[in-house]
Formats: sequence, structure tokens, C-alpha cells
Amino acid sequence: MSVISYQEAALQAVAEEMRRDHRVWALGEDLGRGGVFGQYRGLLEEFGPQRIADTPISEATIMGASVGAALVGTRPVVEMRFADFALCAVDEMVNQAAKARFMFGGQARVPMVIRQPSGMWRSSAAQHSQSLEAWYAHIPGLVVVAPYTPADNKGLLKSAIRCDDPVIYIEHKDNWALEGEVPDEADYLVPLGPARLARTGNDLTLVTWSKMVGVAEKAAALASLQGMEIEVIDLRTIWPWDQELVFASVAKTKRLMVVHEAVQVGGFGAEIAATVAEHMAHVLTAPICRMGAPRAPISYAKPLENQLRITPEQIVATASRQIGH
Amino acid sequence: MTASPELQREMLRQMQTIRRFEERASDDYHNGAIYGVVHCYIGEEAVAVGVCSALNKDDQIISNHRGHGHCIAKGADLNRMMAELYGRQDGYCKGKGGSMHIADFSIGMLGANGIVGGGLSIVTGAGLAAQLEGKGRVAVCFFGDGASNAGSFHESLNIAARWKLPMLYVCEHNSWAANTSSRMTHARDDVASRAAGYGIPGVVVDGNDVLAVYEAATDAVARARAGEGPTLIECKTYRWRAHTERPGAADPRPLEEIAAWMAKDPIQHLVDDLKQQQGQYSDAEFQALDDAVMSAVAAAVAFAEASPFPAPEAALDDVFAD
Repeated sequence: MSVISYQEAALQAVAEEMRRDHRVWALGEDLGRGGVFGQYRGLLEEFGPQRIADTPISEATIMGASVGAALVGTRPVVEMRFADFALCAVDEMVNQAAKARFMFGGQARVPMVIRQPSGMWRSSAAQHSQSLEAWYAHIPGLVVVAPYTPADNKGLLKSAIRCDDPVIYIEHKDNWALEGEVPDEADYLVPLGPARLARTGNDLTLVTWSKMVGVAEKAAALASLQGMEIEVIDLRTIWPWDQELVFASVAKTKRLMVVHEAVQVGGFGAEIAATVAEHMAHVLTAPICRMGAPRAPISYAKPLENQLRITPEQIVATASRQIGH
Repeated sequence: MTASPELQREMLRQMQTIRRFEERASDDYHNGAIYGVVHCYIGEEAVAVGVCSALNKDDQIISNHRGHGHCIAKGADLNRMMAELYGRQDGYCKGKGGSMHIADFSIGMLGANGIVGGGLSIVTGAGLAAQLEGKGRVAVCFFGDGASNAGSFHESLNIAARWKLPMLYVCEHNSWAANTSSRMTHARDDVASRAAGYGIPGVVVDGNDVLAVYEAATDAVARARAGEGPTLIECKTYRWRAHTERPGAADPRPLEEIAAWMAKDPIQHLVDDLKQQQGQYSDAEFQALDDAVMSAVAAAVAFAEASPFPAPEAALDDVFAD
């Protein structure tokens, strides 16, 4: 085990996979300078400009070219710089990458990882702060991953690179410096799909992902002081999501809360809430609760941006009402 | 490079195959045997055949919604193509793609694409991979004058030119983007002139003269394989039929314009060339070729009819890799 950052963990993941498999390469804007968050630092020197390719600001063609390069047998890691910029390449993700395998009758594979640094970070305002995982979860053919811990960022990114399907890989920009223990072995993989039990508790199941896992853990610690034990599930993979672990937890706690940074309306929390309601309404002792951002573009000024953030205190207050404490 | 007499005859066979295949597909669409959309390529056969004749089997192409000609020219199997149009289990895509998504990765046909301009960036990626692998493979995109106004055209040409990718961008300029004339939509009608902005050759060629297309493509392929980068080839051509086969679909094109282009039939053009160059080529030979082509198309229809529809639950297969 080493204690390294979320950013360093991702860097190790890409470097190890590029060493292991010559078909893996990365492309995007400013990769030659280490990427906008330093998550590619040193890779140009090790792998050269063909495998760490600096592109023009042409998101649609970066994405489309990656689809083509994946179709013919390479395994591109596509850097979108900010998740918001990937919207310039939605056709290539949704109409091309997600559908190629299916519409060609299984002839094609599209092994590519689409890295989309997401979420609110340092007053980045409306076009550099969004969390859009629910959009991608809606599209058949896409895998959607949103790691929280450094260990998961390494193990899941390596699994994503080895996956034969297009993976939307959502790293939270506020997490780059987050440190944690990460296994050292070169074949450390975290499988796509299973969630992680971040904290156990008997009173309420809280499902969340990405940066909100940390907020939820703080909330659970606060709640514990008040005598409420919250079980925190870090979903890690948004699609396919781990229904088994969530169902098992809800069967125990009989209460469910879903928390995400994304806009609450139409968020992926709604899918989890509806699925649990469909299957487990009979065991629930309180209405399911969702917490997400208000349906407003993300502001610049700190007090405005903070107005959109979910805090541990808000979670505790809501949990307290739900538990009837 | 000039095409050998044998290659010219093969080109004629392929062009006639495209035409007869599509005539049958059109008939079967209108009589209900084919239910989904069909976009016919008739009149433009010389482009697909001229370009693909300059390629090796492992070179890769991407097509568009009007893709039957490119498939046939790259060597696709008529039976599996027709079965796909019929929506059958033995079609190229097991009935999941239809006319607009036929692909055969084993012959370097990376798929027709239903999004206008969608193939440009994807094939640029195939060119990137070809360069990465360094085996001398070339990637080719077929697109129309309509797609040349999509952003992906400019992004792709810029990247391919900057990185000297081994590629051909083949614009089939048929002057109509669906039902709108290129005169109304292009700042300059010549698409090839845009190549200058990217510092690559932009070649205009008579797209109804298969030998001229072949020569232009051969030069561009040599340039690509030599590491000198992409070429934009603009083939002036025309589709004889409406944008789509849908009954009652609008076709605003002037009848005299259609007639003028039909008088420049690319197949007749090659037949005339063959007769001139090789005095021995006769109408009887062409008749024999056409008989063989008609038999192949009839066999493809029989194959399609004999193939079962896919099981309904297959609608959920192939979404993710195994």
C-alpha cells in the first residue's frame, strides 16, 4: 500500500496499462503538457507523441477518431478536459460509440475510455462544473463509472481501459488532491459494477457516488454522534449499478436516501429510488428521499456556488426526519 | 496509373452489380418486401468502384446512409447485404442495422453510417490507427457534398493534414443534400478547393468516369502510403433517384437536370471506353455480364427470403461486449 492522490492513482493506472498493452494510447488537448490537471504528467516522455497525442480543440473529431481507432483494434483513452466539453462530441458518444457494436450485429467492439472531469470546483461556473452522469446512464451501450477514492480511481480506470465497451469515466475535479491508500501491485483492478460499502449502519441506507461519498461519510459520522447509524454505499459504477448491494442494505435498514451532486430532477438518484420502490416498497418504513442540486445552472460566486452544494448538515437533518429521530 | 483490361472488366461487373442490386432493392421496397429505408446510389457507381479498385483488402473504408455501392465495391457479400435489407438473421448485422448500417469488418468495410458527416471523424481514427500500427494501411471516407458542411469535415481534415494520416476523403458531389441544392448551401460549390486551407491536395474528378476516379485514387493512395498525408478527392456525380425511396417523398430536382446526368451514365461510359480501347468488347459480352449479375442478385434475394427473421429477444443482444 502507498498513500497517493486521486490524480496520481489515475496517472499510474494509465501508465501501467500502456506498458502492459501496446494497443492502449491516449489523446486529447494538452496531454503533452501533462493534461490540464496533471493526470498525464510524464507520459509523453515515456511513451512518445504518437501514444500520448496532443490534439487540436476538436472534441467531435477527437471522439469520433477514437471510435474509429477502437473499431480497428486499438484502445484509446480519450481526454475531454472538462465533462462540459464532451457535449461538443455527443453525437460521437451516443450515436457512434454506444451503438456500433449493436447496429453492426456484434461485429464491432468499441474499447475506449472517455475521461470527463466533472463537478463543482473552484468557482468554475456554469460551463465547467456539471455532473451529467444520468445522461450517459440513459444510453444503452455505455458503461458509466464515477470513482471516489484514489484506490478506486486506479483500479476502476484500469478495468475501464481493459473493458471492451465504451466507458464514460467521470473523475471529480475536487478530488484530484484527495489522498488515500492504494495497493501497489500492477494488476490491482476494481471490477466495473460492484458498489463499495463505505460505512455500515442499521438505520438508513445512503447511496451516493463521486465526491458526495466524502460528504456522506462526514454526515454519517455526525449522525452517529446523535445516535443514528447511516450505511453509506459508494456506487462507484453508475451503469451497470449494483442493485444487489443496495437491495441487501435496504432490506436491513428499511430506509433509503440517494444523494448526488447533479441536478436532482431526472438525476440517477431517481432511477435508484424508483427501482427500490418497485421491488421493496413493502419493507420500507419511511418514504425514499432524494437529495441533489436545484435545477439551476451552476454559479460563479462562492456563496452562490455553495448554495447548490449539499452539506453533511443537510444530509443529517434529512436523515433525522426520515429516521424519525 | 491506368487500369488493366482485366481490372476494367471487373470494374464494369461491380458497377453493374451495384445498379442491379439497387434496382431490386428499390422494387422490393416498393412492393413491401423491404420495410425500412433505402437510399439508392444508382448513377454514382463509378465513384465507389473507381476508388475501391485502388485499395487493398485490408485498407479500410467508411460509408454513409447511401452505402450499398461502397459495400459492393469493397467486396461485400450480396447475399448477406440483401438479407440485412430484408431484416433477416443472416444479414450482415443480424437484422439490427438495415440498409444504413451494413458493415463487414473482415473486408475493411467499417460500416455505413446514418449520421451525415458521422463517418468522417471515425475513419480519421482508422487512419490514426493505421499510422500507429505502421503497416501501410490506408483509410477512406465516402461522404457527400452535404456532409462537407458539417463541422466534422473541417476538424477531420485539419487533424489528418497536421498528422499526415494515410487517408482519402472522397466527396461524392451530387449537388443535392437530401432535397436542398448545394447552390443554396455552399459558400463555394467546389469542395476540393477547401483542401488548400489545410495544405493538402484537392482534386476534382469526373465522378462518372470510373477510370478517371481510379487514377486519382491510385495517386492519392500512393501518396498516403508514402507518408505524405491525406488527399481530398471531389467526384462530380449525380444520383438518378430521389434522396430516399419513400413513396411520395419530395424530389425537387428539375427533370432536365436528371435527364442530362442520366445521359452521362457511368456504366455506359465504361462500356464505350472498353469498346474503343479493346475493339473486341461486344454487346453480347455485356449482355452475358448482365445475365450473371442478375443471377447473383436473384440468388441474394432467394438467400434473404430463406433466412429467418431474428428472434425477438435478440433485440437485447450485442448491447455490451461479452
